Amino acid sequence: MPFDVYLNVAVGGVLTGLVYGLMALGLSVIFGVVRVVNFAHGEMMTIAMYLAVVLCAGFHLDPLVLLLPIATVLFVFGYALQMGLINPFIRRPEHTQFLLLVALAIIIANTLLIIFGPDARSVQTAYGFQSFQIGPLIIDAAKVYAGAAAILFTLALFAFFRFTRIGTAIRACADNYTGALVVGLDVKRLYALTFGLGAACVGAAGTMLVLIVDATPMLGPGYTLLAFVIVITGGLGSMPGALLGGVLIGVTEALAGLFFTPSAKSMFAFAILVLVLLFRPQGLLGKRVT
Amino acid sequence: MIARPVVDVPRRGAILLAALLAVLLTAPWIVNDYLITVLILILYFAYAGQAWNIMMGFAGQLSLGHAIYVGLGAYVAAALFTQFGVGPWLGLLAAIPVAAACGAIIGYLAFRFGVAGVYFAILTIAFAEFARIGFDHLSFVNASSGLFLPVTQHGHNDLWRLRGGPVMFYYVILAATVLAFALCRVLLRSRVGYFWLAIREDEQAARASGIDTFRYKMYAVMVSAAVTSFAGVFYAFFYNNLFPEQVFGISRSIEIILGPIIGGVGSLFGPIVGAFVLTGLAEMLNTVLMKFGVDLPGVKQVFYGICLLFVVVALPEGVWPAVARRLGVAGERR
Repeated sequence: MPFDVYLNVAVGGVLTGLVYGLMALGLSVIFGVVRVVNFAHGEMMTIAMYLAVVLCAGFHLDPLVLLLPIATVLFVFGYALQMGLINPFIRRPEHTQFLLLVALAIIIANTLLIIFGPDARSVQTAYGFQSFQIGPLIIDAAKVYAGAAAILFTLALFAFFRFTRIGTAIRACADNYTGALVVGLDVKRLYALTFGLGAACVGAAGTMLVLIVDATPMLGPGYTLLAFVIVITGGLGSMPGALLGGVLIGVTEALAGLFFTPSAKSMFAFAILVLVLLFRPQGLLGKRVT
Repeated sequence: MIARPVVDVPRRGAILLAALLAVLLTAPWIVNDYLITVLILILYFAYAGQAWNIMMGFAGQLSLGHAIYVGLGAYVAAALFTQFGVGPWLGLLAAIPVAAACGAIIGYLAFRFGVAGVYFAILTIAFAEFARIGFDHLSFVNASSGLFLPVTQHGHNDLWRLRGGPVMFYYVILAATVLAFALCRVLLRSRVGYFWLAIREDEQAARASGIDTFRYKMYAVMVSAAVTSFAGVFYAFFYNNLFPEQVFGISRSIEIILGPIIGGVGSLFGPIVGAFVLTGLAEMLNTVLMKFGVDLPGVKQVFYGICLLFVVVALPEGVWPAVARRLGVAGERR
């Protein structure tokens, strides 16, 4: 195979990986602050994907226009979830939290199955078959838009955490729970905000992902696992790490699909995860905590 | 040593246990074939849950990828049977070391490098998924098109080769569940068991008081994996077909651990109670939904999820501790 085929596939992998990275960023933000592993992460993303599919088909809207509205819907969903259900569980053992979120995941996936049926749904866009040509590279327009949107969304989130008072307060909760309570922060509300922001990330990622893959109700568990792999590879709690992990996994999967068979591609993602956990448990860009 | 599983059982507990065992032993004469199949399923999950509980409930190591040990047990025994004509009990003798070795590899890698807590749980998922996709491409066991065991007429029961009707399988899994229960009770009251509990409660304190935590965590993973592998052998010979997707899948791992979590992690009865509650619930939902003529895919699972949610919110410690207090047999230490 000529070299430019590899390059084309790799660039496609990078762009898809950016969307994966945005999804994983949501998980990372939630775990980094609330210390709850969101086992319903992939299912929350399928909600966003179906919202995008329905709104695109119903109102002939473009997924790129829907990015912020759907992210907002998911934000509200995440906020309500943390306030209503998860807050009482934050000090409980991990297996109890796991059960709670698995139950939630089962409910979400099967509700989608009841409403939409098992068939795959996709969106049609004006630029669905367009591509950009740069030298030997031919890149899908949809993937370029999706990747660019993922970067913009991540930058906005980064700025929020870095420069706003609420963002600083959330980082304080993550650093020291007791300390945050002592200085009078409303930790439960900040946790809810954080879960909402994490959900908004998956909302945005899901909206972008319908440009690349078709929506089916049972996509959830696969993407939850993918998000784990990415977050741990990149380093939990590190925002650039999540994007880097996403890109790394995206490229790995794309190239593995090319060199071997597409069905074996996630084996390589898991192999990377195992290697990272063994030799750099804090992740590529993570800080070592003792 | 022989009497160890039965020493200082509270009187009331012993009577209840004997009554439950009597009911289960006579069940094939009382209930129909359908209910026997349901009971097999319940006991299967009770057994696998008990095995998982050794790792999580006793030693505090959360494994979310236990399907890997079920799958290895199933594939080793089934491959030996179909390719070389080796019977299931000899196959089990091969499956146990394979599963234990796999557990040892995962444990060694994780505990050596200080991978713990959520990270350890995700590492176990990663290994299970790795095995699933690997077996999906392993042509020696027919890859993703599945491994099938030859099905014979249910005329007579061949216990040695595990070919026969549901009643035989029922007694096999009942015996296995009783044995696993007894083993766990012995383990829990042994030196190893106390070390495990110490590690579960506070690993640093355990290490400070001289326990070789690495070694005892390794024991927990290996014993748990070895015990789980029989569930796989049973699965292979009961269902007669194996697909990597079906055996190693993450949903299989979740199924195994829901029982003990719902029943009560760390207690001996938790996995058994949990298996009865969950499988009973699923079957009840089936019946009720059938009565109302609802057969939309997903409806049952939504109700199932809501029930799980309800249990975990209402009884965070699990069902068994609450039931035990009611029955007055709460003496069992967690």
